[in-house]
Amino acid sequence: MKVLAFAEQRDNKFKKSAFETVKAARGIADELRAEFVAMVIGSGIESIAQELGAYGASRVVTADDASLAQHSNTAYAKVIAEVAAKEGAEVVFLPASQMGKDIAPRIAVKLGAGLAADCVALRVENGNIVATRPVFAGKALIDVRVRTKTKVFTLRPNVFTAAADSGTAQVEKAPVALEPKDFGSVVKELKVATGRPDVTEADIIVSGGRGLKGPENFHLIEELADVMGAGVGASRAVVDAGWRPHDEQVGQTGKTVSPTMYVACGISGAVQHLAGMSSSKYIVAINKDKDAPIFQVADYGIVGDVFEILPELTKQLKAALGK
Amino acid sequence: MKIAVCINHVPDTETKIKVGADNVNIDKTGVNYMLSPYDEFAVEEALRIREKFTGDVTVLSLGGDAHKETLRKALAMGVEKAVLLKDDSVRDSNGVAKALAEELRQMSPDVILFGKQSIDYDNAQVGTLVAEMLGLPSVAVVVKLDIQEGKVVCDREIEGGHEIVETKLPAVFLAQKGLNEPRYPSLKGIMAAKSKPIEEKPAAPAEVQVQTIHLKKPPAKGSGKILSTDDSAVSELIRLLREEAKVI
Repeated sequence: MKVLAFAEQRDNKFKKSAFETVKAARGIADELRAEFVAMVIGSGIESIAQELGAYGASRVVTADDASLAQHSNTAYAKVIAEVAAKEGAEVVFLPASQMGKDIAPRIAVKLGAGLAADCVALRVENGNIVATRPVFAGKALIDVRVRTKTKVFTLRPNVFTAAADSGTAQVEKAPVALEPKDFGSVVKELKVATGRPDVTEADIIVSGGRGLKGPENFHLIEELADVMGAGVGASRAVVDAGWRPHDEQVGQTGKTVSPTMYVACGISGAVQHLAGMSSSKYIVAINKDKDAPIFQVADYGIVGDVFEILPELTKQLKAALGK
Repeated sequence: MKIAVCINHVPDTETKIKVGADNVNIDKTGVNYMLSPYDEFAVEEALRIREKFTGDVTVLSLGGDAHKETLRKALAMGVEKAVLLKDDSVRDSNGVAKALAEELRQMSPDVILFGKQSIDYDNAQVGTLVAEMLGLPSVAVVVKLDIQEGKVVCDREIEGGHEIVETKLPAVFLAQKGLNEPRYPSLKGIMAAKSKPIEEKPAAPAEVQVQTIHLKKPPAKGSGKILSTDDSAVSELIRLLREEAKVI
């Protein structure tokens, strides 16, 4: 048996989820006593492919071609499915990132495989992989088993750990034979916002709600976030009110997040918001209403006024972190 | 322009999920259902495309009779036709996609819209599965969709940024919040929707590829520490974050 993991890179730099996916997939391969191979797609990626050795990939296959510099779901899926078929891989892992989610279903159809999406835990039971995935934005979890011979799994970013070791990789180049018709859609331009991390990738998130009273007060959230290098999140109420962009929204109709620490400021904790953030490792809540539901999931809570506490917290953290 | 929108009928966002007696499905008692929010953006976009280019919009949903309520909502928003692919069983994503693809293959629309994910099982894969099954291009998590002469330009949200993606029709698009502001059905629309027929067809069969073996609630959080509200709360919080949680 063989296990294949797709490692995502952008601008020839691996995403953190690439290491997480490779490491978790290698762990499952070991449990299944299967061979393991990692895969990278892009242009000029030969030099970075080696890095995956430190995360358990002793063999890495690259699809290195100028036409693959930018993401194209049809072309990437074709290349991965071809390599998986050639290698005889029965298990394929991808990150449940926007790129992974865009290609995994296509790979599943090409390989006649079932796809268990957005998994947060994996285990092997009697030689079968059992995956746990959140449903209803995390209000519940399901354990699933993929019944097809070939199986595809996507792993939620920021959940699996990825510590580097001293391992090294042998890198091989796969032949790339793509025609114009293989590029069903093409990325013409990549606009990457600089500055704060996205909430789905951030280790720490500082999130603001209606308690901030208006968009003009969100600098309090941003200043606290910047001291810790955190991402900025928002509740649905403030996104719907137009105070914050929707890509910051955390909750059932926004993003489901699993950071190490989530700081909820002036957020009461509606059911649909709690669903999206309660799998955070540590939750800090600051709210003036002591009965707010957010305190039921908080590890540390301060009952008080965000307008007094946030500036004080930012000030003291700056001093504590030497910034 | 022939436009199809695939929509789902899901427990509303206020629902507190309870585990059903079989430990596999949810307890549906007292649950209110709604048109899945991302699908609502898809319906709205379909109507806007029709208003700009003329044509007609068909909504499709796979499920039991209860799905008619959601199909009627789309009709009330101004959609012309509704099709229910009748199936009372619980399907996995592949099972839903296969039946939808079968139906869409016969319809051959120019534009196929989905929500970026259904907010019940959050698989975020049915739209892309359908695209692959039909051999069509797809653009997911779309916040802007601009159909031009001979091409479509989309703005797609990714982690910490956006991709400007070009494709050609026929194609599948998966709507994200921000794509548009869905209209409220007018009273006239609601009345008209009551008399519009919903076409019922059996859903094409499919095997279960991904089987749920257990549904459970996430582990409950232990009660946290509420810090004193006097001046020391902030410094105490920082101490706990450094020494106890070790997160900073």
